Amino acid sequence: MTPILEVRGVTKAFGGLVANDNISLTVPKGSIVGLMGPNGSGKTTLFNSIVGYHPIDRGSIAFEGREIAKLRVPEIARLGLLRTFQQTRIYSKMSCLENMQISVPDTRDGLRTMFSKVPPAVTEQAEGLLEFVGLHPKRHLRGGELSFGQRKLLELAMALMHEPKLLLLDEPTAGINPVLINNLIDRLKRINADLGVTLFVIEHNMRVIMKLAEHIYCLAHGQLLADGPPEEIQTDQRVIDAYLGAA
Amino acid sequence: MTDATRNLLLYALIGLIGLLAPYLAPAFRIQMALLWMMILFALTWDLGGGQMGYNSFGNIVFFGIGCYAAAVVQRELFFTVEGQPQATGDLATTSPLFNYFNGFAVGLALAVIIALAVAAALGSGILGLRGHYFAICTLGVGIAAGEIASGWGYIGAGSGMVAPIFPGHPSQAALFFYYLFFVLAVICFFTLKGLYASRFGLAINAIRDDEDKAEAMGIHTTRYKTVAWCIAAFFLALAGGAFGHLNNFIDREVAFPGITFGVWMVLMAILGGKGTLWGPVIGATIFHVTQELFWTYLLGWQRVALGVLIVVIVVFFPLGIMGWLRERWPEKFGETVDLEARTAPISLRESQ
Repeated sequence: MTPILEVRGVTKAFGGLVANDNISLTVPKGSIVGLMGPNGSGKTTLFNSIVGYHPIDRGSIAFEGREIAKLRVPEIARLGLLRTFQQTRIYSKMSCLENMQISVPDTRDGLRTMFSKVPPAVTEQAEGLLEFVGLHPKRHLRGGELSFGQRKLLELAMALMHEPKLLLLDEPTAGINPVLINNLIDRLKRINADLGVTLFVIEHNMRVIMKLAEHIYCLAHGQLLADGPPEEIQTDQRVIDAYLGAA
Repeated sequence: MTDATRNLLLYALIGLIGLLAPYLAPAFRIQMALLWMMILFALTWDLGGGQMGYNSFGNIVFFGIGCYAAAVVQRELFFTVEGQPQATGDLATTSPLFNYFNGFAVGLALAVIIALAVAAALGSGILGLRGHYFAICTLGVGIAAGEIASGWGYIGAGSGMVAPIFPGHPSQAALFFYYLFFVLAVICFFTLKGLYASRFGLAINAIRDDEDKAEAMGIHTTRYKTVAWCIAAFFLALAGGAFGHLNNFIDREVAFPGITFGVWMVLMAILGGKGTLWGPVIGATIFHVTQELFWTYLLGWQRVALGVLIVVIVVFFPLGIMGWLRERWPEKFGETVDLEARTAPISLRESQ
């Protein structure tokens, strides 16, 4: 499979703290790849580096064969590489529907597009996706009135509205009602299979990541500790030590 | 009665009052002209400060640019005033080409062009600042503009300059400027109403709520912010050009009144309700009327009363009048808040 994302030797330090140390990984097109590791192991820093949130110190990041390490966040987003936030970010004073409507790709906005009304097709697509994540009854509520878990679902739907090629999900199931998690896994798999979106997922919940990902990378102390299929990672002694502490 | 007809009736009523007002109360023509100007101030400030979350104290710069540009054009396009004795001894007649109104129109056009250029140039620089930094920077820009105006000989420096006298009776001048400000405020209102209902409105609201998220979603934030500022600059430059002509005399205190108009435009928008369409209109009306009453009945204490009013606004109406009404009766503002929607369980049915 052709890689959609190739990270080569990425290093990022904050002062003396090396948050990412020479990380290399590959996300094949059309796959679901997991990223795990204990708190503070540098997962979110790696996500931030990939989407251009901060400049990297060394290394290269290629999206569909194109070097993106020097591009800024909105430019990368417009290429079709989108991320959701661990601390969920939505537009809190706008209704859920408006949150969705403004999330369509902003590629050719001359003054005419800027000043035009939201096309009915977009509203229709927005309602469909809200239905898909189960938020349709709440579409007229303001974003800020949703619970944390519901905001996560809204943020996911907003990302889908953008029709990304690659979606980086930062802990998509954190704060979600455990009963819903199974269904959410099913939704994520459908996003991947039906909508053709490649997923790169940070996840702490073992059960989720094992069910979801085809391949898992594990970070610890800013370094790549192990990678392999879920069954292999689950039994890898180094991974167990990193999470639970070596005996 | 549907919402649409009710709105139409409301617009018709306000339009009718606006059209008839100068005849119903001829003595208050100038005051009412200024009321429409205040409404325009509050509306344009709210575009940036309310809808986009960029609190600017420097919008007055565009007003001042309008004042000076329009007056300078009139001066440079020197023309004779009808009936004025000439050096030849004849009385001047109006030239069809060079008269007060043509000069005024050219001046307003130039005012708009300069203001837009300045807004775009300044905007691309300082709209990158966020929160308090942006507010402080715009405050500095406003003060700097005043300093430049008071030191620049071409535009009269410290001694100011005069705009030409209106060709006609002062009451006609008042009528002319009343309708000018009325039309400007109405156009401004409906322009913003249309913009807020478009993708532009959603985008600047998104920037207000979470600019990092808007960037992460690929929205051209800088472009939207600059365009928003340019729209405010457009209307403020027109208002400035008209106000300079109405006032006849222009110096830095008239053109860049940062501590009066500059602060009032913020207060009026906050009083009425930041980020709402009607809020600035209501806020400006209440503020302007109250202020005039203070001048009339509390002379000597008018600034103190104004200060108390400002404190009351900020402490008791942090959301403004419209914001307060909206929190109180959200369903009247098109926000569905039925308990059913609020408590509806989130269900993800298994894939079909």
